[in-house]
Amino acid sequence: MYEHDVLVVGGGGAGLRAAVAAHEAGADVAIVTKLHPVRSHTGAAEGGVNAALHEEDPWEDHAYDTMKGSDYLADAPAVDIFAREIREEVIQLEHWGMPFSRDEDGTVSQRPFGGLSFPRTAYAGAETGQHMLHSMYEQVVKRGIEVYDEWYVTRLAVTDHDDVEDRVCHGFAAFDIATGEVAGFRARQGVVLATGGAGQVFEHTTNAIANTGDGAAMAYRAGVPLEDMEMIQFHPTTLPSTGVLITEGVRGEGGRLFNANGERFMFEYGYAVDDGELASRDVVSRAELTEVAEGRGVEDDHVYLDMRHLGEERIMDRLENIVHLAQDFEGVDPLEQPMPVKPGAHYTMGGIEINERGETVIEGLYAAGECGCVSMHGANRLGGNSLAELLVFGARAGRAAAGGDLAEAQIPVGPDPDAEREDREWPIEPGELDETDRAVAADGAMVEPEPVIESAVEAERERIDELLASEDGVGQAAIRARIQDAMGEHVNVFREASGIETALREIQRAKEEYADLHVTDKSRTFNTELQHAIETRNLIDVAEAIALGALARDESRGAHWRKAHQEREDDEWLKHTMLSWADGSPEMWYRPNLLASEVQEYEPKERSY
Amino acid sequence: MSTDSAESGAETDAEAETQAGQAESGGPPEPQSQRLAKKRARIEADRADAEAEEDTTESTVHLEIFRYDPEVPDKAEPRFDTFYLPYYEGMTVLDALMDARDTYDPTLTFRHSCRQAVCGSDALFVNGSQILGCKTQIADLAEPIRIEPLPHRPVVKDLVVDMEHFYDQMHAVEPYFDPDELPEGNLEEQRQTRENREKIKMSTRCIWCGACMSSCNIAAGDNQYLGPAAINKAYRFYFDEREGDDRARERLEVLEQEHGVWRCQTQFSCTDVCPKDIPLTEHIQEVKREAVKENLKFW
Repeated sequence: MYEHDVLVVGGGGAGLRAAVAAHEAGADVAIVTKLHPVRSHTGAAEGGVNAALHEEDPWEDHAYDTMKGSDYLADAPAVDIFAREIREEVIQLEHWGMPFSRDEDGTVSQRPFGGLSFPRTAYAGAETGQHMLHSMYEQVVKRGIEVYDEWYVTRLAVTDHDDVEDRVCHGFAAFDIATGEVAGFRARQGVVLATGGAGQVFEHTTNAIANTGDGAAMAYRAGVPLEDMEMIQFHPTTLPSTGVLITEGVRGEGGRLFNANGERFMFEYGYAVDDGELASRDVVSRAELTEVAEGRGVEDDHVYLDMRHLGEERIMDRLENIVHLAQDFEGVDPLEQPMPVKPGAHYTMGGIEINERGETVIEGLYAAGECGCVSMHGANRLGGNSLAELLVFGARAGRAAAGGDLAEAQIPVGPDPDAEREDREWPIEPGELDETDRAVAADGAMVEPEPVIESAVEAERERIDELLASEDGVGQAAIRARIQDAMGEHVNVFREASGIETALREIQRAKEEYADLHVTDKSRTFNTELQHAIETRNLIDVAEAIALGALARDESRGAHWRKAHQEREDDEWLKHTMLSWADGSPEMWYRPNLLASEVQEYEPKERSY
Repeated sequence: MSTDSAESGAETDAEAETQAGQAESGGPPEPQSQRLAKKRARIEADRADAEAEEDTTESTVHLEIFRYDPEVPDKAEPRFDTFYLPYYEGMTVLDALMDARDTYDPTLTFRHSCRQAVCGSDALFVNGSQILGCKTQIADLAEPIRIEPLPHRPVVKDLVVDMEHFYDQMHAVEPYFDPDELPEGNLEEQRQTRENREKIKMSTRCIWCGACMSSCNIAAGDNQYLGPAAINKAYRFYFDEREGDDRARERLEVLEQEHGVWRCQTQFSCTDVCPKDIPLTEHIQEVKREAVKENLKFW
């Protein structure tokens, strides 16, 4: 058994930041990641990181923009903490050597971004995430923090108390991808989940192959509620053939969107008469698909993003990476031609329910970054706020897990006996299929740390042995494709009840197929098929949570849009959808979101750009 | 030594700065413009090809893929497996590998994640050259396409190699920013000139894919040689004006060691294969010049 004070699951931005913070608070900390840290998807972030660094830009404005962007579904205490603390975080990153782009006076450059009232997005070319990831990994190396790379965490070791608020997380079971060894990891103080988003639930996504929602699925099955899972951001500018991201920075620098008729539709068709291309992402994504639906799309599929008028010099200085991406992955030279773009699944706003300290309802279990939901993005995240979030809340989760100083939380977590419950009939029985299901909740029959971890390891060995013993059945790739196709078709930018129900029935079929899963590769050595098979079970649970939330929320707010309910319904829906696993028979309930913090109160207004 | 490196060897710092300065005001610096020109030519060629082939029917692509698994009896001896896959426009080497795996053989094993040339997972040896699978078009390769793991690394399974030694070399150059002093106050950044940022820009683009190291003859023969990626990493800090002079001298000591920069024989193989077009050989040469200058001071 491996043992540390704090174990961080995931080596992307949130995980690295949490690890450094835990280390600075005096903990013996290790990172356990199924990749190597520098392979993490934070590296693919392009546009930048928001922070109110200028004197004439008070942090309260950043908070206001974030709350407005969230379509008033964020929690005010999280938003305020975020906007205040991100400033020092960004400067600290600069002190760690981050190669930010610079103004003439040598200060960090900042550019306009969608939904921001001030040019507040600090950047390093159009490859901000890569530099951030590497700069933070360097700090991990400098501090000698141990990294277990290519170790895949598959099951949390949580005590078996009936009430989830009594449960304690002592560590997890993981397997070494290179050798197939299954081992227990004990965290004396805390486990921080930093496993990133779940874009692989969708067929057309900017997300890496590795973004399979592992942390969210594991925490969910251990009893932590998932929050606002229906809130998936579709980024308006991805390359049609691959889903590769084209940064919002293109529009921030002045890039324009055109339909097939050469019309600048954001203005000409009234989608955003003030901000045009720089409206919030949800607004732009819907506008693009409306253009396509009304016959003004290019090849009935996409629209054009044009930055040629910015000139080669400015483009090469600030957006060079975009030139390479468009050339390598779409065969288009954006210095000469407009780029074809369409919306793609990009960011998981919802996730593991946490508070401002990164705490979940389970003692010793924390989450940070995209896998968590604090919630500061609400129904729609602003561009440049994700790299920012992982710094602030990554640091907080790491510090809290290591027992460092941090103020009391204002945001509640865990079950609420007085909560409003959703009692509708779902079109399928969600959760566990039956006893043949391989969903695996964390259910050690003990309370003491070591037996809990050993029991998780034993259960995981059995599951893996069983998967490897399968003689025939359905391959994981087909099951994964079924989920991705159903979600891409029915739980996309435009949603309606009948489609979401169809998706849920497909998810049910995927679960049935999964009970008949066949793993062809019997080798213990670097068995990626086995790894993908376990990931696919996580994708099933996460997809189901997204679809259930999408069905329940019969209003339109931020990224979530329902055909029969095209208005935002503040009287009814200023609340989070919460989904609890409930030992395999999930229950949905609601928690009102917090529009007031200790500093200010936010009044929901009509959102126009 | 090739003419190229001789020329760059004669380049003075003043000239280098002018070059960076020019980049600020007029067009991209040299390596990028070369790269852009290459890509434009390819896009043009592709378009011409597409027009010429407009009515050709569905085609297939022929792959020969290296297989090895120490645990599996018929794969314990390395072999090549043949795959014929349906070809589509825009198909990359990584797309082809994923299709081969997901359609025909789920045991086919390779690393991949981001699909957009930034995670650095899928450096491979294809038709005799180190490439990144996700950004290499099948259409640009002669068939049969022979796909092998990176040379000069122990093979774990199929196309997966053990990267430990590469990481060790990266870590050996103290790869972290280490300034002598920082501004007072938590909201005060260090200043950096645009020229200096431009100077280190290409070196910061490394994605740790290991293609350069695998292509290097010297690294193949000298396991302790730091290698191009690690030297480039040190270059990134050495030339960053935010670090102090003392630290710079310490960095030179690391780079000047027996298995450091002087091992490089300027064969340019690393520069040729770098998927991010980092001028690695030039960076190594620049560090050599810095070392000479530093040593002359004490002469």
